[in-house]
Amino acid sequence: MAIAVSIVGLSKRFRKHRDRGILTLKSGFLRLLGSAMGRGKERAPGDQYFYALQEINLVVGHGETVGIIGRNGSGKSTLLKLLSGIMKPTTGQVTVKGKLSALIELGAGFHPEISGRENIFINGIILGLSRDALRLKFDEIVSFAGLEDFIDAPVRTYSSGMYVRLGFSIAIHVDPDVLLIDEILSVGDEKFAHKCIDKMAEFKKTGKSIVLVSHNLGQIEKFCDRVIWIEKGRIAAEGAPRRVIDAYLQYIAKEEEELYAALTEKDAIEEISDDAKRWGSRQVEIGNVQMVGGDGRERHIFQTGEPMTVGMSFRAKEWIEEPVFGIAIYRSDGVLCYGTNTHLERLEIKALEGEGRLSVPLERLDLVEGSYYLDVAVHKEDGTPYDYHHRSYRFAVRSTIKDIGIYRPVHQWVLETEQEGKTILEPREAHGE
Amino acid sequence: MIRDILKLKRHGMLIRVLVARDLKARYRGSVLGFLWSFLNPLCLMLVYALVFSFYLRTGTDKYAAFLCSGLLPWIWFQSSLMEGTLSIVGGSNLVSKALFPAEVLPLVPVLANLVHFLLGLPILALFLGIYKIVPSWLVVFLPVLLLIQLLLTVGFVLFLATMNVFYRDTQHIVANLLTLWFFLSPIVYESEHVPAAFQWTLKLNPMAYLTRGYQEMFYYHTLHAGYAGFALGLVVLLFLSVALCLGSYWMFLRYKDEFVELV
Repeated sequence: MAIAVSIVGLSKRFRKHRDRGILTLKSGFLRLLGSAMGRGKERAPGDQYFYALQEINLVVGHGETVGIIGRNGSGKSTLLKLLSGIMKPTTGQVTVKGKLSALIELGAGFHPEISGRENIFINGIILGLSRDALRLKFDEIVSFAGLEDFIDAPVRTYSSGMYVRLGFSIAIHVDPDVLLIDEILSVGDEKFAHKCIDKMAEFKKTGKSIVLVSHNLGQIEKFCDRVIWIEKGRIAAEGAPRRVIDAYLQYIAKEEEELYAALTEKDAIEEISDDAKRWGSRQVEIGNVQMVGGDGRERHIFQTGEPMTVGMSFRAKEWIEEPVFGIAIYRSDGVLCYGTNTHLERLEIKALEGEGRLSVPLERLDLVEGSYYLDVAVHKEDGTPYDYHHRSYRFAVRSTIKDIGIYRPVHQWVLETEQEGKTILEPREAHGE
Repeated sequence: MIRDILKLKRHGMLIRVLVARDLKARYRGSVLGFLWSFLNPLCLMLVYALVFSFYLRTGTDKYAAFLCSGLLPWIWFQSSLMEGTLSIVGGSNLVSKALFPAEVLPLVPVLANLVHFLLGLPILALFLGIYKIVPSWLVVFLPVLLLIQLLLTVGFVLFLATMNVFYRDTQHIVANLLTLWFFLSPIVYESEHVPAAFQWTLKLNPMAYLTRGYQEMFYYHTLHAGYAGFALGLVVLLFLSVALCLGSYWMFLRYKDEFVELV
């Protein structure tokens, strides 16, 4: 396969404190002076740098579609800017064969006060089309954007969707050999998104190369021949879409888990000093509280419908008769989702002394996606608290289904039609969204 | 660098389109539209004419005609510097989001304001007409003066636009210096009225040469410095302007790659 884009040993370094540019007038002046005397490559001492990208090697074949995924700030967009030539690499080389069009900011250079028609000409010329080519393609550009009725209105009167559609339409009619796309299929309505995807498929068919940056993993998987995952400025994985996306998702889940664990630990530290989070006589003390998943591991992130076991250790400092243990789940905005205790459930604990453990296995955590808090408590039968931990344990519920409310009863949708009789509806194959 | 200058020629179409955009967009939505290119300098002219003919009398004969011949080119110079300084920072979405030759941006306001200047020339004709002044044959040198001023302006603008990317202070400094520069140039007063002790400032001021040049063509009809002196002055100024242009462009190219990170 012929190579369309090749990147060798690419690194990009940025100076920190971007907004200040150069920190002081003096150092900047010295720098200007220094470079004027031919020492431009030497940097003033004290400048802080970080690498947005490091040692990237990448080849995009002719006719290949490559997807780039990664979290915000991982360096994806910087890579695209380097590919397009908007930015220059600190080290390494970017070689692009053929004409390139970068869809990074659609409608960059649109002037709000002048008409769509005039903007097509200006933007087209900025993107490298000639006046004649633009005249030829003008009608096609307008109809692809679906703006026939508005083309003579000033661009400031356009909705953001119209704006982006026009920008996309111009950029795609540049007829490039290599197309760079940054997160743009997520804009515009469904109809236009389909049009864009059709157009891209057409591109693919004619043997053109596409590099696509997106957070929409479903789209990436569907569309790309190969996926590159960038993490902290380096290529973390590369290969078949499914495999790379799975690795990426697993990594994200693990990171998120660690984040929640850290948050909860922080809460646990605060709780000691915070009266609003813990109160009671402490004749019985609740110690270590755990949330354990179906896999037997302590966790802070659960899938909707997963089992969860709430476990706590306790210590009764004296002989305590008929203690009552309770748990409650609050949504992060303070709505009580569920609360119960051993007294309400008419369960009997005759008496306790010394150390022990109590666990409450919840067979299914049928909560919709969101952040929740767990309360645990032990108190007298009349409610006088021994030890109450309020909003001290945080957990999150994740779901691929974006239903709403609090509680997700286990359910099905059963459709009955004359033709097919009774069918239980099945979800479409979906991934990553 | 020579290669870059040749490339600039290729961007000719881009420059033309952007200048046209600038001109079109400027008065879009105003009732009088392009007439403002004419009315704005006229109003400024009338203000200065009012102040310096009646309140603070300069004693210059046919003052409006004198003022006009120096003020119109100055407006071109000043607007170009003000807008040019902001051009790269202001064109950030082109510089940082599209594959766009940044050197085009500072040139656009200079050329757009040249067009405004040319559109303002009827004002000069109007006042010359009122005072029944016929421009002297020296007007044949007008294109030379315009060329020198163009090169000088481009030289300053490239430098200032680059500086402004790194220090946004530049735009404020430029605005204030331009006010000073305006009053130190013999535009509202005649060069002869400047005390002998300060005549040397006029000798160091390129805009004083240019202003004087325009005034001699349209207003004085004589060359105070003599023909040889006038020609020599122009040649030196042309040479300096070219040098400034090249120097600024060299600096611009040197820092161009950093713009995308800073705007």
